[in-house]
Amino acid sequence: MSPATILTVLLIFSSVAYYLGRKRAFAVAGKAGGIRYLHSRPTYYGALTALWCGIPALLLFGLWLALEDKIITNLVVSGLPEAIRTLPENRLNLVVNDIKNLVNGNVVAGAVTATIQEAAVHYRNLKATSNAALAVGVFSLGIVATAVIRSKISSTLRARNLVEQLIEYFLIACSCLAILTTIGIILSVLFEAIRFFKAVPLTDFLFGLEWSPQMAIRADQVGSSGAFGAIPVLSGTLMISAIAMLVAVPIGLMSAIYLAEYANRRFRDIAKPLLEILAGIPTVVYGFFAAITVAPFVRRLGFTLGLDVSSESALAAGLVMGIMIIPFVSSLSDDVINAVPQALRDGAYSLGATRSETIKQVVLPAALPGIVGSILLAVSRAIGETMIVVMAAGLAANLTLNPFKTVTTVTVQIVTLLIGDQEFDSPKTLAAFALGLLLFVVTLLLNVIALHVVRRYREQYE
Amino acid sequence: MVFALLPKKSPNRDGGEVEIEKDLRVEDMEATPSGQDGPVLVSRENRQTVGVGTVENPRMTCRNVDIYYGDNHAIKNVSLDIGRNEVIAMIGPSGCGKSTFLRCLNRMNDTIEGCRITGEITLDGINIYDPKIDVVPLRAQVGMVFQKPNPFPKSIYDNIAYGPKIHGLKGSKSALDEIVETSLKKAGLWNEVKDRLDKPGTGLSGGQQQRLCIARTIAVNPEVILMDEPCSALDPIATAVIEDLIDELREQYTIVIVTHSMQQASRVSQRTAYFHLGDLIEIGPTEVIFTNPRHELTQDYITGRFG
Repeated sequence: MSPATILTVLLIFSSVAYYLGRKRAFAVAGKAGGIRYLHSRPTYYGALTALWCGIPALLLFGLWLALEDKIITNLVVSGLPEAIRTLPENRLNLVVNDIKNLVNGNVVAGAVTATIQEAAVHYRNLKATSNAALAVGVFSLGIVATAVIRSKISSTLRARNLVEQLIEYFLIACSCLAILTTIGIILSVLFEAIRFFKAVPLTDFLFGLEWSPQMAIRADQVGSSGAFGAIPVLSGTLMISAIAMLVAVPIGLMSAIYLAEYANRRFRDIAKPLLEILAGIPTVVYGFFAAITVAPFVRRLGFTLGLDVSSESALAAGLVMGIMIIPFVSSLSDDVINAVPQALRDGAYSLGATRSETIKQVVLPAALPGIVGSILLAVSRAIGETMIVVMAAGLAANLTLNPFKTVTTVTVQIVTLLIGDQEFDSPKTLAAFALGLLLFVVTLLLNVIALHVVRRYREQYE
Repeated sequence: MVFALLPKKSPNRDGGEVEIEKDLRVEDMEATPSGQDGPVLVSRENRQTVGVGTVENPRMTCRNVDIYYGDNHAIKNVSLDIGRNEVIAMIGPSGCGKSTFLRCLNRMNDTIEGCRITGEITLDGINIYDPKIDVVPLRAQVGMVFQKPNPFPKSIYDNIAYGPKIHGLKGSKSALDEIVETSLKKAGLWNEVKDRLDKPGTGLSGGQQQRLCIARTIAVNPEVILMDEPCSALDPIATAVIEDLIDELREQYTIVIVTHSMQQASRVSQRTAYFHLGDLIEIGPTEVIFTNPRHELTQDYITGRFG
């Protein structure tokens, strides 16, 4: 029986246990004089029985699968001839790999000798035994647990409390999972970045003005000196994001104000979903739009005005990115403006305030935290955006403040660093992690600043 | 004897003189005695306004006002006057339209989609629904205090100063300080908040918040103050403070108050209007309404038979 089948059967067992528990609860209730004499509703007894059936068996299942491979491998290795067992560890690993590949029917690297053939058979036998034992263990554990809890069901068993306790643990586990994942991501980036900083000093990375991540594959290669100064890349990111925000924040905020305060219901009902469609367009498609339509337009416009605009410019990428993030600002801001109580508007109107005075001085300050939140989300999107920049802004890391020039961003550089044939431990590849860490720190700083701004200026209603 | 109790004519209706005479003829009215030897009351089926709705030299007049929310006819042909320096109370069971009527006196209903108003409402002789009238100065003249205290999430000082500032009354800082102080003093809140004017208004207690809202309204120096159940969210002590305040404010302002509490109406008002299902049923001096109602519906309500 394969593990997947065992799991499915266990699930069926658990559902059956639910009905058994519920039935038992009804029976107990019948003797006690009615359901209201039970401590909990019968469904809670059912759920408790199902959980008792499922959880211990599931734990055994998980534990077994985690340890199974190691144990079987050790057994197979101990059964190998002396000559192979005494090989150095990495050679031994290759042999074990060959055996496993043979078992799974994959291509085997070396010649299939009789010894390996024999070991593979041994492995397969052990695996089958293990699976059978697992099935027996899991099922019997489930059945025993079900029987135990079923016999415990009585009118005084606090089934609801027990089930709710278990659900609470489950919820705690879910929230921990998100936090642990974040920590894990940070750590993995951090450790790789530290490896990078062993090759390239931190100060060179943070304050270097030149970005040219060429590393020699051979020692005698020409042009092998790499320059890993993050400033041009970071400035490119900040410039494109700033252009995007200059487009998105005014347009998004104004459209949110119009939708929430001025537009009639019919217009709002049509316009809001349409605006949100903008958020659903894949960024690659925005990239086409930027590269094929906006960039040439910007170039022509610059030419008419007598400016020298390169065909891939920060301006084109920033403009399109700004359009892309308009819905983040407008839709979320619209929601928070709508959430401001009508009573506050009424209060202002009844003092003879005009609509614009009411919006500017009462509604917007009250909605400020949400508006800042929406802008922050938009900034994060802008900083993390890759595709539009690849297609419309180029790859050259120019340290410039001229938006008509080609620039590049942190995310684009990460992508280009990680594609192509490179050793994974070369500084070029590791630089990607350092850039990732830098990006993370920058967005974290932005978040902290925004939080501070909100605390300082918000006007809290209720 | 019956005729003596009823108005011979009802001047609150345009050309209604003849009609009313006919309507209130004794034999048409199916009048029923309310007690053994009490006066004859107007029947529940009769939905014409009983009592005199007009006053001499009124501040506001309403004539044949109808209000619709979409298809819902919320207020039906209501005519009444609001006199100078008086407190007029509007009472009636929930959903009778008294708040709706109140809100149309400073056109707060403009913000509600689908609300339509016909008839004529004048303030000092000027029709406030005239297309030429700008609603913004009107609302500065006719201020409003709401059921739930709704201070702005700003400091106490800024709550009061907000109105004067938007109307350009600011001048110097000292002038503004003075407006804030006098408004808070008039609202009886000064002593409680004078040391924490920079603290948020939302941090005050419910009764203090409502007085802050009244102070905020006074600061704009309106002519009429509309109060929509101003004490319904407050405890009895805070209510008593606000009722005293209303009594003092009457010297300078005209006050229209909607209330669910008949005791409150009888304590603070000089005239009372009783609404029922969108009709103005009876209007008259407060003591008459509460001691000698002339309409069965009014009597039902004030004796606690419904509502």
